[in-house]
Amino acid sequence: MSAPLLSIKSVSKKFGAVIALENVSLDLGAGEFFALLGPSGCGKTTLMRCIAGFESPDAGTIALSGVDLSGVPPYRRPVNMMFQSYALFPHLNVFENIAFGLRRQGGKKDAIDARVNELLAMTQLSAFGHRRIDELSGGQKQRVALARALAPRPKMLLLDEPLAALDRKLREETQFQLKEIQRLTQTSFVIVTHDQDEALALADRIAVMRAGRVEQVAGPMEIYDRPATRFVAGFVGETNFIEGRLERNGAAALIAAFGRIPCEPGNFPDGAQATLSVRPERIGVAREGEGIAGVVENFVFRGETTLLRVRVASNIVLRAAAGHGERHAIGDPVRLSFPPGAGTLLKEEL
Amino acid sequence: MSAVVSWARRATLFMGFLFLYAPIAILAVMSFNASRLVSVWGGFSTKWYAALLENEQLLHSAKISLAAALISATIATLLGLLAAISLARFGRFRTRMLFFGAVHAPLVLPEVVLGLALLTCFVAFGVGRGFITLVIGHVTLTMCFTTVAILAALRDSDPALEEAAMDLGATPFGAFVRVALPQIAPAIVTAYLLAFTLSLDDLVIASFATGPGATTLPMRIYSQVRLGVSPQINAISTLLLALVAVALGLAALVSSRRARRDGQVMTSRARAPDNAS
Repeated sequence: MSAPLLSIKSVSKKFGAVIALENVSLDLGAGEFFALLGPSGCGKTTLMRCIAGFESPDAGTIALSGVDLSGVPPYRRPVNMMFQSYALFPHLNVFENIAFGLRRQGGKKDAIDARVNELLAMTQLSAFGHRRIDELSGGQKQRVALARALAPRPKMLLLDEPLAALDRKLREETQFQLKEIQRLTQTSFVIVTHDQDEALALADRIAVMRAGRVEQVAGPMEIYDRPATRFVAGFVGETNFIEGRLERNGAAALIAAFGRIPCEPGNFPDGAQATLSVRPERIGVAREGEGIAGVVENFVFRGETTLLRVRVASNIVLRAAAGHGERHAIGDPVRLSFPPGAGTLLKEEL
Repeated sequence: MSAVVSWARRATLFMGFLFLYAPIAILAVMSFNASRLVSVWGGFSTKWYAALLENEQLLHSAKISLAAALISATIATLLGLLAAISLARFGRFRTRMLFFGAVHAPLVLPEVVLGLALLTCFVAFGVGRGFITLVIGHVTLTMCFTTVAILAALRDSDPALEEAAMDLGATPFGAFVRVALPQIAPAIVTAYLLAFTLSLDDLVIASFATGPGATTLPMRIYSQVRLGVSPQINAISTLLLALVAVALGLAALVSSRRARRDGQVMTSRARAPDNAS
């Protein structure tokens, strides 16, 4: 990667006794779609507000294109933000909302009009330029907010829970639009979200945050398939945590209370206590044959898959996804199989 | 509903309005009475209004009152705006509760006490009483009302709007002027009109705060009434009444238009399906 666009170094921030950010370091590239993912209170919004300039870190530096941003007020940062509440100006129409940032920069009327019309077209709002903000639907407001933040051609666009206020169907459609607009504008997008699906769907890279710290930074597939910590594995997607002892002799496997599960040992020593995280859909479900025996305790139909709860020991229940068309009833005996690369070994957390 | 109940309701309503507005209506009617006697109707005439124009004393007082109301309302609105900004936007600064209490105190303070306090203060500082002390007194009286009106509006306006404006390149001052001020403009107009009418009506504070040469209209009317009710007083009172009614009507119009606009928003929002896709 060439020199990062945004470089966050050892940033910490406290609010009274509450630690919002603790020694956070991140590098973001130009043109990247980056996600800050975490549960509420993990510090992701504080980090975004530090980048925008509404909060200043207690320690550490944030630099944009190599220029230290500390002490630079929000109105001089080439970074724009799309607010969760959209914060559209109710006394201005759609056109003037989008033109607001351009008018602050100065510039000719023709140039401003051209840029606003370009953005209206990009967000499919061309017919709505003269509408009042309160005459718009939720999805239209969201697009006005996006166009307004993009208008001054920021080096980086921050999006605070941009899809949270939309209903489910509209959200999926908007995800594609966001990706498309990001691709067209070649602008770095940083999205803050607590919704793992949103982060996985949109971002090139994801930083999973927890209690003011960054747990893992990686691409969506790696975050999902190779979570670095138990928290990441549990927060992103559904998973089974299987505890046991690693045996490296011959084909490596985890010795759990209910059986032997093949796995990739990584650099764990022989005999180490470890937790294996296995996604439900990576577990094979069959009526008979090889594998760990269990009994279907419950099931939930999910459309393309059926999620089974399978009891494999008196105190252990695993979740496994059966493919489309496979029918299982409560009480059916099943066999669970684990392909070697199915899970990720995690350190025991205290 | 039976006819009797409905009739009784209308009668109650009528009695209520009669109780409230009969004195004012009689005053207004009597100002057009050709007879000098208050108790006798001598036919319709506007001669007392004509006579007003000749009455230098009354006209002078009217000018004093109008000037004091215009100036004090302007100052009180500006100070109220600043006080409201500090209370709504500056977080929990150390003396915030004290400041909050001090700003609101004149709301509950008896006017006589406030007037006396002002008088004592002017005397203690050796300030000669006149038009300027009158304006100061009225600013003290009306500033709490303007602060309350503007503060309520400022609390309703979303601080994220100002942040968004700053994010888009507006300075903090620019963000306030371009984004917050348009949101609270109706409240500022209302506050100004309220301060204006309060100042125009005031008798108590004016009696304490003003001096010779700056007698306000309510003071002039009050002192003349003690010598007997003259139809000229009826006429000037009717004019005063009309002025206050216009000011309050404007204030009501401003706030109702705002309310109607917000109401429209609610209904249109409820009606419009999400046609974004």
